[in-house]
Amino acid sequence: MIQVHNLKKAYNGTVVLNIEHLEIKKGESFGLVGNNGAGKTTFFSLLLDLIQPSAGYITTNNIKVHESEAWKPFTAAFLDESFLIGYLTPQEYFYFIGELRGCNKADVDALLAQHEDFFNGEILGKKKYLRDLSKGNQKKVGIIATLIGNPEVIILDEPFANLDPTTQIRLKKIIKDLAENKEVTILVSSHDLMHTTEVSDRIVALNKGQVVKDIQTSAETLKELEEFFAV
Amino acid sequence: MFLRFLKLEWKSFFRSASLGKSIGLRIFLAFFAIYFMLIFLSAGFLLHDMITEYFPGKNAVSVANTFVLIWLVADLFVRFFMQSLPVLNIKPFMPVPVSRKTQVHYVLLKSLFSYFNFLPLLLIVPFGLISYNEGSLAGGEAAAWIGSMVVFTIGVNYANFLIKKKFAENIKALLPFVVLVAALAALEYYGVLSITQYTGAAFDALISMPFVSLLFILLPVGLYYLNFTYLVKNFYLDASVKRKSDKVDTTDYGWTRRFGDIAPFLQLDLKLIFRNKRPKTTVFLSFIFLLYGLIFLRDDSPSGEIMHVFAGIFITGIFMINFGQFIPAWDSAYYSMIMSQNISIRQYLASKAGLLTFSVVVLTVLSTPYAYFGIELLFTIVACALYNIGINVPMLLYAGSFNKKKISLEKSPFMNYQGTGAAQWIIGIPLLLLPMGIWITLKFTTGYNTASAVLGAIGVAGIALRGLMMKKIASAYRTGKYAAISGFKEEEN
Repeated sequence: MIQVHNLKKAYNGTVVLNIEHLEIKKGESFGLVGNNGAGKTTFFSLLLDLIQPSAGYITTNNIKVHESEAWKPFTAAFLDESFLIGYLTPQEYFYFIGELRGCNKADVDALLAQHEDFFNGEILGKKKYLRDLSKGNQKKVGIIATLIGNPEVIILDEPFANLDPTTQIRLKKIIKDLAENKEVTILVSSHDLMHTTEVSDRIVALNKGQVVKDIQTSAETLKELEEFFAV
Repeated sequence: MFLRFLKLEWKSFFRSASLGKSIGLRIFLAFFAIYFMLIFLSAGFLLHDMITEYFPGKNAVSVANTFVLIWLVADLFVRFFMQSLPVLNIKPFMPVPVSRKTQVHYVLLKSLFSYFNFLPLLLIVPFGLISYNEGSLAGGEAAAWIGSMVVFTIGVNYANFLIKKKFAENIKALLPFVVLVAALAALEYYGVLSITQYTGAAFDALISMPFVSLLFILLPVGLYYLNFTYLVKNFYLDASVKRKSDKVDTTDYGWTRRFGDIAPFLQLDLKLIFRNKRPKTTVFLSFIFLLYGLIFLRDDSPSGEIMHVFAGIFITGIFMINFGQFIPAWDSAYYSMIMSQNISIRQYLASKAGLLTFSVVVLTVLSTPYAYFGIELLFTIVACALYNIGINVPMLLYAGSFNKKKISLEKSPFMNYQGTGAAQWIIGIPLLLLPMGIWITLKFTTGYNTASAVLGAIGVAGIALRGLMMKKIASAYRTGKYAAISGFKEEEN
């Protein structure tokens, strides 16, 4: 599904990401872990063509992301609040995304109904603009919005940060359910090793822009990762 | 402590991300500042002579005194829109042992060091001194007059501070005062009750007793005290911790559906405009600029006609210019989402072009009453509108591909140069001067109506070629995309 070829990103000569080869298969639930500055967000930004690679390229579905826009219809992402439109209400935002992804109001409403407990009654019908919601609630909106229109690739950057414990547990369930569906490739990054090992069936650890671990999740994975990061 | 605050400010200025990027803008503003200083200074030197010429036999200062009230009201009005208040980011100081009062004093005293306090001095001091020299004021009176005017200026400074702070959230509460001022102005204008005569006479009388005029000092001191108590009382973060949320507007602009695939974007843009302060004010300003025609379109002398095309482009295109020059920076807060969502850049641009075209059509319809000054004016206005739609809309969109400065939607547009870069200044030249050049050349060679017809025809040609131009523009946006995304993320200061 996603292939990385000799990808390199450098700022003023400092290499921040350098991945020679990485392949993410269709239906995989892919976890990206690493310390601050390891290159997680950089990788996701490259994947969404928000920044330009210094060398190499990424393809999804054999489409070079920095040459064509054809990956957009099947890719959904939530990296940070800059993916939200502050002056819309949550519903308006969902419907807007729905329209972009060819879903009508009823489709969107059906999806929202499914995730009502995730919102915990704090999002829908509250007569508030997104900019007036708390960080955590904004995040919930952003995450659910990525599910609209059945995308084949879902990219979530640090989805667990800023969420309360209950919501974290609910989010893990959502991601696990998505991972069951072998049509959906889901990419999640996190600082939290435990969350990531729980939801991902493959984990890649980045350190200073390099892939340092690439493991299929098993019972020992968490321990292995903890040992790696305990310096 | 004050010294430490100053040091912090020094650092924030020189370490800000936008330093150096806006040098061109600063030169421009400095130019304006110097321009006004020269005007005020020459007025200061010439005013005495001018008054004695126009009001022979009267004491020049007494005449000037009748205008003092108007002067102060105008000063307040200008400051309200233009003067930016000094700010101190108080959050980092709250938990550290710096007295709250020190911080408030600092902010209030800093507001004295404003261009708007300096500018009036250039008029007041020379006028006072010349009046003394010419014998319109005795020595003590001259000192009292200059002193009082300076004191008034400082008073206006703090009055503005208070108004801006206190009424910032509820601008409507100011309405009674505005009505009062307007009523007094009307009474004055129609000669029913001349309040300025009374204030002028009162001022004359007080000046003649220099020591009594010392009492005027109570005005700025009192206003300072009011500001001080207000700020100290409101020196809590409640306001920023518990964020006030706006009343939600639920208009969904369903009528845009008839525009097909660009409908969702049109809806988004309309919400952008009506739910955010800066674009909303921009729209209201457009309607005010419609009146520009009254200045330029009435004049049908050959030299006056030159400005017809300027007025035509301007009134039908004012929203296009004001809104269009900041495309795509209006969407800067969520530009990375726009760029990664299922939206093609062409679609995005098509919807912006649709919005701008729509605005030109609306403003053209609203400016049809200018036909009253001559039917050929209507012809010119329509030609200008066609030119705006055909040529200027694509040109503005193209210029937008160089925009990489973000815009905060919630700030007022007055004296707000956020998002302004070289592109905004350069684009003005072809936007206005090009059609003016074409039209003027043709007018002097072939005549008024032919000139308008050709201008309109160029516009129609532009409309016919829009598809092709949009393709080119979209590829310019694709090239500028990465620079725009990273530029829009940059924090200013």
